[in-house]
Amino acid sequence: MTHARMRRGGPPAGPPDGRFRPARRSKPGLADREGFLAWAMLLPSVVYIIALVGVPFLLAIAFAFSDVTTGDPSYDFVGFRNFEAIFDDRVFWRSLVNTVVFTVITMIFIVLLGKILANILVADFRGKWFVRFLVLLPWTTPVALSTISWLWFLDSIYSPVDWVLRQLGVIDTNVVWLGRPSAAMVSVIAVQVWRLTPLAAVIVMAGLVAIPRDIDEAARIDGAGFWRRMFEVTIPLTLPVIAVAGLFGAIMTFTDMTVSYVLTRGGPTHSTDVLASWAYFRGIEGGDVGQGAAIALFLFPILLAGAIAILRAVRRLESQ
Amino acid sequence: MTNTLVTKDGAPRQTSQEVERLRRRYAIRHVLARCGVYGAAVLASLVCALPFLWSAVSAFKQNRDLYNPESSPFLFNEPATPDHVRFLFSDTPFLTFVVNTLLVGALVVVLTLALALPAAYSLARLNRPWGTPMGIAIFLVYLVPPSLLFLSLTRVVVALGLEDTIWSMVVVYPTITVPVSVWLLIGFLKAVPKDVEEQAMVDGYSRLGAFGRAVLPLVFPGIVAVVVFSFTLTASEFVYALAFVSASPEMVVSTGVPTQLIRGDVFFWQSLQAATVTMAVPIAFLFNLFLDRFVTGFTMGAVKT
Repeated sequence: MTHARMRRGGPPAGPPDGRFRPARRSKPGLADREGFLAWAMLLPSVVYIIALVGVPFLLAIAFAFSDVTTGDPSYDFVGFRNFEAIFDDRVFWRSLVNTVVFTVITMIFIVLLGKILANILVADFRGKWFVRFLVLLPWTTPVALSTISWLWFLDSIYSPVDWVLRQLGVIDTNVVWLGRPSAAMVSVIAVQVWRLTPLAAVIVMAGLVAIPRDIDEAARIDGAGFWRRMFEVTIPLTLPVIAVAGLFGAIMTFTDMTVSYVLTRGGPTHSTDVLASWAYFRGIEGGDVGQGAAIALFLFPILLAGAIAILRAVRRLESQ
Repeated sequence: MTNTLVTKDGAPRQTSQEVERLRRRYAIRHVLARCGVYGAAVLASLVCALPFLWSAVSAFKQNRDLYNPESSPFLFNEPATPDHVRFLFSDTPFLTFVVNTLLVGALVVVLTLALALPAAYSLARLNRPWGTPMGIAIFLVYLVPPSLLFLSLTRVVVALGLEDTIWSMVVVYPTITVPVSVWLLIGFLKAVPKDVEEQAMVDGYSRLGAFGRAVLPLVFPGIVAVVVFSFTLTASEFVYALAFVSASPEMVVSTGVPTQLIRGDVFFWQSLQAATVTMAVPIAFLFNLFLDRFVTGFTMGAVKT
C-alpha cells in the first residue's frame, strides 16, 4: 500500500506519469503509521495485563517472603520462614502429591474420552444438535454449581449413583464416596474428568475438522478401514491438537480448587486437598497471607513447564 | 446372513449373485456402523447429562420422596411439587445473583472486546516483528491461574476500595477473558483476506476506518463466539468471586448459591438442584449455537499464530 488514495468512483484526474496525487488528500496522520498504530492498539491490553496480572504476580512473590496476615497487613520481610513452615507441614506435601496425582490421572482420561467424544460429535447423525447440547452441559455449567449437584449424587445415604449400583447388584451397602479417603479421591477425579472432557472434545474437534477431506478420502479409496484410518491417518494428524487438549485439561485440573473445595473441603483428613485449595484455606480462611502465597507459588514452575509444552505442540501444528 | 458374510473366496468372477451378496454385506456393515454411531452418541449424552436429569427430577421432589434411600432418583414416587423451586425464586436472593451474574458478564464482555479487538488486530495484521512473541506472551497469561493470584489480587481490590462490590469482579475478570479472546480473534482476523482492507483503503478509508467499516463486519461471527465464550468463563469463575465478595447482595450465582443455600449442615437440596439446572441449560444452549464458530476459531488461532 502506498499513501496514494483514490476517492470512490470517478477516473483518476492526475498527470499521466503515474505520480498521482488526489485532490482531497489528508496528510497521513499518526493513526496511519502502522508502527504507531500497532502499539496504540496493543497498549491498553498490555497495560491492563501488567497492572492486574504482572503486578499481583510480583506481589504474590513478595507476600510469600512476608509475615502479612489479614489481621496485620503491614509488610515485614521474613526471608524463607514461610517456606520452612509449609515444608514442615505434612498437609502441604499431601496436597502437592494430590495435585500431581489428580492432574496426571485426569489428563489421561480427558485425552482418551475427549478424543472418543470428539469423534462422536463430528459424525453425522440425526439429533446431533441435541446430543451436542447435552454433551456441553458439564463444561458450560458454572463449576461450583455442578459440583454441588455432585455433592448430592455422592451423598452418603441418598446417593443416586449408589441407588443405580444397588439396583444393578454391584454393591450391597452404600459406598460413602466422600467419607473415605480413597473413594473421595476417586470422586474428585471423576468430577474433574466429567466436567473437562467436553472442553477437550471441543478442542480435538477443532483438529478433526481441520484435516483436509481428501486425505481421509484417499485412505478410504486405498481400502483403509475405520480403525486403520483412525490410527494411521487421523490420530497422527491431530496429535498436536490432542496434546493441546490434554495440556489444557491438565492446567485446569492443576490449578482448580473448586471441586475439592465444594465437594470435600479437602477432607476427609486432607486426603483431597490440592495446592490451590490448601493455599485458600491457609491464606484466606486461616488469614495467613504469607504462607498462602508461598503455597500458591508452588503452582508456578509446573505451570510454566505445561505452558512451554503447549507452545511446542502449537509450533508443531504450525509446521504442518 | 452368515452365508452372505463368508463369501470371501477372493474369486475374480463377478456373478450377479455375488454382487448381490457384496451389496448386502456392505448394507449390513453400514447399518452396523450407524448403530455404533447412535449407540455411542446416546451413551455419551447419558454420561454427560444424566446428573442434570437427576437434578431436574429431584428439584421437584417432596422431602419424603427425596430423603428416602429406596426411592428411584429417576421417578416421582410421590407427587411432584413446585414448592422448592418457588422457594428458590421468591425466598432466596437467587434472582439477585442471576442479575449480578448477567451484569458482571455483560460489563466484562464489553471491556474484553474493547481491549482484545484492537490488540488482536494489531497482532494479526499490522506486521510488527514483535507480533508473534507478543501473541504468545498474551496467550501465556491465560495460563496464569486465579489460584495463584487471588491472594495478592484481594489486596489490590481492597486497596482500590472495591471489596464486596460487583465492580471488583468487573475489573478483574478481563484478566481471564482478554488473553483467550485475543487468541481466538487473531484466528478470525487472519481468515479475512487482506484485500478487503486494502480495497477499503484504496477507497479512501484510513487504516482505522478500514478496520471499523470493512473488517469488523466480516469478523462479526467470530466476535459473537468470543462474547459467548467470555461470558461462559465469567459465569463459571469461582475463586475470585469467593475471595473478593462476601456480602450476599453483591454475589454472583457461582458463589451465592453455595454460600446462601447451604446453612451450616442444612442443604436446601431441591432448590440447589433447581439453581444448577436453571443456570446450566441456557448457557449450554447459547454455547451450542456458536460451537462451530468456536471450533473453527480455535484452529485458526492455533494454526496461524
